[in-house]
Amino acid sequence: MRHLLSTKDLSRDEAVHVLDVTEDMAATQLREVKKLPTLRGKTVVNLFFEDSTRTRISFEAAAKRLSADVISFAAKGSSVSKGESLQDTAQTLEAIGADVIVLRHPASGAPAVLAESGWIAASVLNAGDGTHEHPTQALLDAFTLRRRIHGDGSRGRGLDGVRVLVVGDILHSRVARSNLWLLTTLGAEVTLVGPPTLMPFGIGDWPATVSYDLDAAIAEVRPDAIMMLRVQRERMSDAFFPSAREYSTLWGLSATRFAALPETCVVMHPGPMNRGFEIASVAADSPRSTVLEQVTAGVSTRMAALYLTATGAGA
Amino acid sequence: MLHRADVTRALTRIAHEILESARGPENLVLLGIPTRGVELANRLAALIGEFSDADIPVGSLDVTLYRDDLDRQPTRGPAPTLIPSGGIDGATVVLVDDVLYSGRTIRAALDAIADVGRPAAVRLAVLVDRGHRELPIRPDFVGKNLPSSSSERVNVRLDGNDGVEEVTIEG
Repeated sequence: MRHLLSTKDLSRDEAVHVLDVTEDMAATQLREVKKLPTLRGKTVVNLFFEDSTRTRISFEAAAKRLSADVISFAAKGSSVSKGESLQDTAQTLEAIGADVIVLRHPASGAPAVLAESGWIAASVLNAGDGTHEHPTQALLDAFTLRRRIHGDGSRGRGLDGVRVLVVGDILHSRVARSNLWLLTTLGAEVTLVGPPTLMPFGIGDWPATVSYDLDAAIAEVRPDAIMMLRVQRERMSDAFFPSAREYSTLWGLSATRFAALPETCVVMHPGPMNRGFEIASVAADSPRSTVLEQVTAGVSTRMAALYLTATGAGA
Repeated sequence: MLHRADVTRALTRIAHEILESARGPENLVLLGIPTRGVELANRLAALIGEFSDADIPVGSLDVTLYRDDLDRQPTRGPAPTLIPSGGIDGATVVLVDDVLYSGRTIRAALDAIADVGRPAAVRLAVLVDRGHRELPIRPDFVGKNLPSSSSERVNVRLDGNDGVEEVTIEG
């Protein structure tokens, strides 16, 4: 694998392979010595044009566990704010010796441009681009869910027949998109739930059922997992829904809705959570919540992604 | 080059040699290197257990993430590492692999062991030693020395992995 740009172009075999390598990486993280020499001598650059603490430190931890040198580059206050182009920034980083560039960018498709332009020879990992994709988030979600469902027998398996509700702002969410492509590739059945104003145009062509009523969706689908998306604060004033309170009442995972879920249903959230808004504390802190497992899985997933892109003949 | 009976005989002899050099089954841990080393380690542990009436802890040790040729080969997925529940601290660890060639796999295995614990001693058992060492590494227990040209391929096939039991040279 040269680059990891999206989950949409992963085949089922490739996706299962990444999840299996993640299993191996997760196993090494249970040891006393967590550091592996695998990427010794390689340089990973975190190139973040958008604020992100979680994703950046997760990638940083993953690269360090594999003994790579890590350079974190926040575009704010850098030459980028002086008008430097993505091409010049990337070429500068490669001249410094970057082998892998982890890119987060507000423009959808920026990582693909960097990977396919021929400007640089480094591998590109998409750490979130606009409203397009966030592949490592979807992979860590699938990994967490597969572990919850199949346990130690996870290796080699998909998520066939697993019913997943994805709830919230589908329109702006790259996490929802990456998850939808990956989950359906792995055989899961996805239902997208949210206000009609936060559903993207052309959603009818997506391989998912769409619902505007969370209670009805819970009752009909009887989900194995419910994935709550974060509602970005800036959207709350953009008139996508009348008020924060209305959103919370209609599409939040309240204590009542949590009680209505099947007993085996796991509760997922990519973080950071708006407690009491899209998710009630009783759901977020219950043993069925995977929020912290997702964070731990994030490091193993990114170790797998770095390993698979940065090694191999020609890498 | 080796048939079923030869493989069985070689493993039986190695099992006796391991027991003899360790002066008994106490403190022994066998770690196989995937994939065929794991099968061989399981068979050796069963034989040693039979000869000494003891339960020999056996596990697998994946060395993929410790290799020094990751940029020279197509990327491969690691295999699981399973360390017996008693750990390896203070034990005599016998590494088991099918073919010993350049010695680089064993170099990687020694690094991997150091991240898992601190054994009292590490020994090496291989079914076939084909020569062409690139590192100062020497096996303690050898099934068969098989002088080969580096252009040849040595194939080990075992019941548990391949449904046949033989060692062949190609090329």
